[in-house]
Amino acid sequence: MTVVTERGATAESLRMMFTVVKREIRDTLRDWRIVVPIVILTLFFPALMSFVADMALNWVAKYGEPIIGERLLPFLLMVVGFFPISFSLVIALETFVGEKERRSLEPLLATPLTDAQLYLGKMLGAMIPPILAAYLGIIIYLIGLYFFKEWMPPLVLLILVILLTTAEALVMVSGAVVVSSQTTSVRAANLLASFIIIPMALLLQGEVIIMFWANYGVLWWVVLFLIVVDVVLVRMGIHTFSREELLGREIDELNLASLWRIFRERMHWEPWFFGRDLEKMPPGLRWLGTLGGLYGREIPAILRRSWLSLVVVLVGLLCSIYVGYAFANRYQLPPSVLALEDISAETFAELPSVDWLPAFTVWGVLCNNVRALLLAGLLAVFSFGTLAVALLMAPLAIVFFFAAQAAFLGYSPMLFLAAFVLPHGVLELPAAGIATALAVRLGATFMSPKQGMTVGEGWLWALADLVKTFIALVLPLLALAALVEVYVTPAVVVWVFGG
Amino acid sequence: MIELIGLTKKFDDFTAVDGMTLSVAPGEILALLGPNGAGKTTTVRMLAAILRPTAGQAFVAGYSVTKRPQEVRRRIGLLTEHPGLYLRMRGGKYLDFFGRLMGMSADERTRRAEDLLARFGMSQAAGQRMGTYSKGMRQKMALVRAMLHDPAVLLLDEPTSAMDPHSAKMVRDAVLGLRHHQRAIVICTHNLAEAEALADRIAIIRRGRIIASGTSAELKMRLLGPPLMELRLAQPTDGIVKLVSDLVTVEEQGQDWLRYSTSDPHETNPLLLQKLASHRLRVVTLSEMPRSLEDVYLQVVEEEEDDSRD
Repeated sequence: MTVVTERGATAESLRMMFTVVKREIRDTLRDWRIVVPIVILTLFFPALMSFVADMALNWVAKYGEPIIGERLLPFLLMVVGFFPISFSLVIALETFVGEKERRSLEPLLATPLTDAQLYLGKMLGAMIPPILAAYLGIIIYLIGLYFFKEWMPPLVLLILVILLTTAEALVMVSGAVVVSSQTTSVRAANLLASFIIIPMALLLQGEVIIMFWANYGVLWWVVLFLIVVDVVLVRMGIHTFSREELLGREIDELNLASLWRIFRERMHWEPWFFGRDLEKMPPGLRWLGTLGGLYGREIPAILRRSWLSLVVVLVGLLCSIYVGYAFANRYQLPPSVLALEDISAETFAELPSVDWLPAFTVWGVLCNNVRALLLAGLLAVFSFGTLAVALLMAPLAIVFFFAAQAAFLGYSPMLFLAAFVLPHGVLELPAAGIATALAVRLGATFMSPKQGMTVGEGWLWALADLVKTFIALVLPLLALAALVEVYVTPAVVVWVFGG
Repeated sequence: MIELIGLTKKFDDFTAVDGMTLSVAPGEILALLGPNGAGKTTTVRMLAAILRPTAGQAFVAGYSVTKRPQEVRRRIGLLTEHPGLYLRMRGGKYLDFFGRLMGMSADERTRRAEDLLARFGMSQAAGQRMGTYSKGMRQKMALVRAMLHDPAVLLLDEPTSAMDPHSAKMVRDAVLGLRHHQRAIVICTHNLAEAEALADRIAIIRRGRIIASGTSAELKMRLLGPPLMELRLAQPTDGIVKLVSDLVTVEEQGQDWLRYSTSDPHETNPLLLQKLASHRLRVVTLSEMPRSLEDVYLQVVEEEEDDSRD
């Protein structure tokens, strides 16, 4: 009985969503400014491409370079698919903000549609006409080529291009709908569309290179990457979609004073010192309450609310072990490269002469680590947190690569890790892990802002947590770790392995 | 049918609605009267479960706007300040679209749309694209959209704003036609005559707060004092003031007329006429001096201004 009810609810939910989809598509098809270019790009352009491809093949064949023609045909297949979907961006940018400008949004928001039904309905409505046009364009191009050159692409390549076209359309539409639901005017949405157009243009250039390189297998990874981006964007769009924000926001104003106020509020914490009444403490000792509140209450609370990011970092750590091992297994080093018996105090003394390594001083190591973690924070903002994890994984994978190499050469990997990493790693790894987790949270806030908060408020909260933890916990740990790394770790290594 | 308890809405530092408490019974029409920016639209948007209150609660047709927003939206009809039509669509298709979103069956959609379009004299327009409609037609189409699913609560935000007098009258007549013993209607307006003509009760809002509420007569009585009656006689009024002073308080006097105030005209006026007749004084007319809602509104707003200055 429950199953039937749930099924009924799902069917009803889909019916509502497709009502929106249908209206959106009809509205698009009634706008000649959209229909005419789509028809031209769908019918005329692919036919022209078939003709151009035929001419180009004949021309390059004269010079004995058939390979250029062979590579050109799949490339044009991709191009005829991409051109019509470029219109999905224009349609999607209009979805919410266009309706808002035309004042037709409020009646729609007052219907029983859920946010997800409305959001997905609008998104699919913007995507379906251009994508069908793209498929039609591909068919016309292939029919033309079949008649001109009797050429048909391998089925796998055709599937790949169709998937690529679909995933690209979805990325552009989902990104544009996010923009449309977060801006206050079509003009602002068009300006922000650069953040979609530029990465897509770069991606397309990369795809062109791959197409001419004819290494089509790489394109499967591109499809996979685009699907991940799609999922992230759709999830982010649904989470950040808010009727209230959409209708309530009239102007996009950068209110620095307000941002600063929110940030300052989030930087505040309650003093605490083992339950003692701070008012009764001598004034000279009240700073203990500030410190107690920070370390006893605030930092643990931050770590608790960042638990999911910490799990992500932990998974990243495990992956880096596997990556390090896999690479070590594939590219085994000769014994002379890793002759641990030859290590001496001089080996560490000579490290500053290696250009690409930071100066092997406390300050040098500390600066390097801080720089890397700040970069992770910055990259996290632009990559929903993913690049921060990647940045942490890279050095860890290198460490585990060498640990595995040591194992292959007959050394104990545990002893290797205990000597080279453990002394300072016991401080540095938690510091780096926590900082990365908070950077991940900072980036992921865009995807799923906290309930009852705007994206901006959630982001400022995550930033305040990162700043507090970085200054109060990560930086002292990194400083101690640098001290140990410079003065203790070399001694331990020489003691364990050195001659 | 509608209940607001300390309803508050803040946008950053700005308080648009400030602890509003009121209720609207089934069959009642309430006018939210106030200047632009008073918080009327924000209140309606909260009642339509589009905006989330910062504090307080609101119940519409028995459902909380924060806890059951979808149920609320299923039971309300919202006429927005701007008609907000899809101008490329035909009227009939437009109503069908909204009917589907409201979960109505195909038969129901057709029947209700035909009935309402006929009632508003719009049957001919159903097949036309809405971009060709006049302003009045667009507003009426928006009203039909709001009424399509026969909602228990109707929220009308500035239903006649920026309309010519003829169109405005058409819409006002239409709204009066929607009065139903089981339907609560809230009208936001800054048009005093409209509020007086349509509403059973008026709540005057300023800076997000209700500063006065009641029926038009109650508000006049409370804020302008008892009604003022004008008595015109066939002879000079000399000596009459003294004669009637035990019944009414004379406020003004002319050659052959006088004006008096009375808190209970039903009781006082017959006695007064009786007394005048017994003294063989011939009465030409006895009428109540018209007092507009505008006087009430200005009085309330001025008092509020004085309070806020203090």
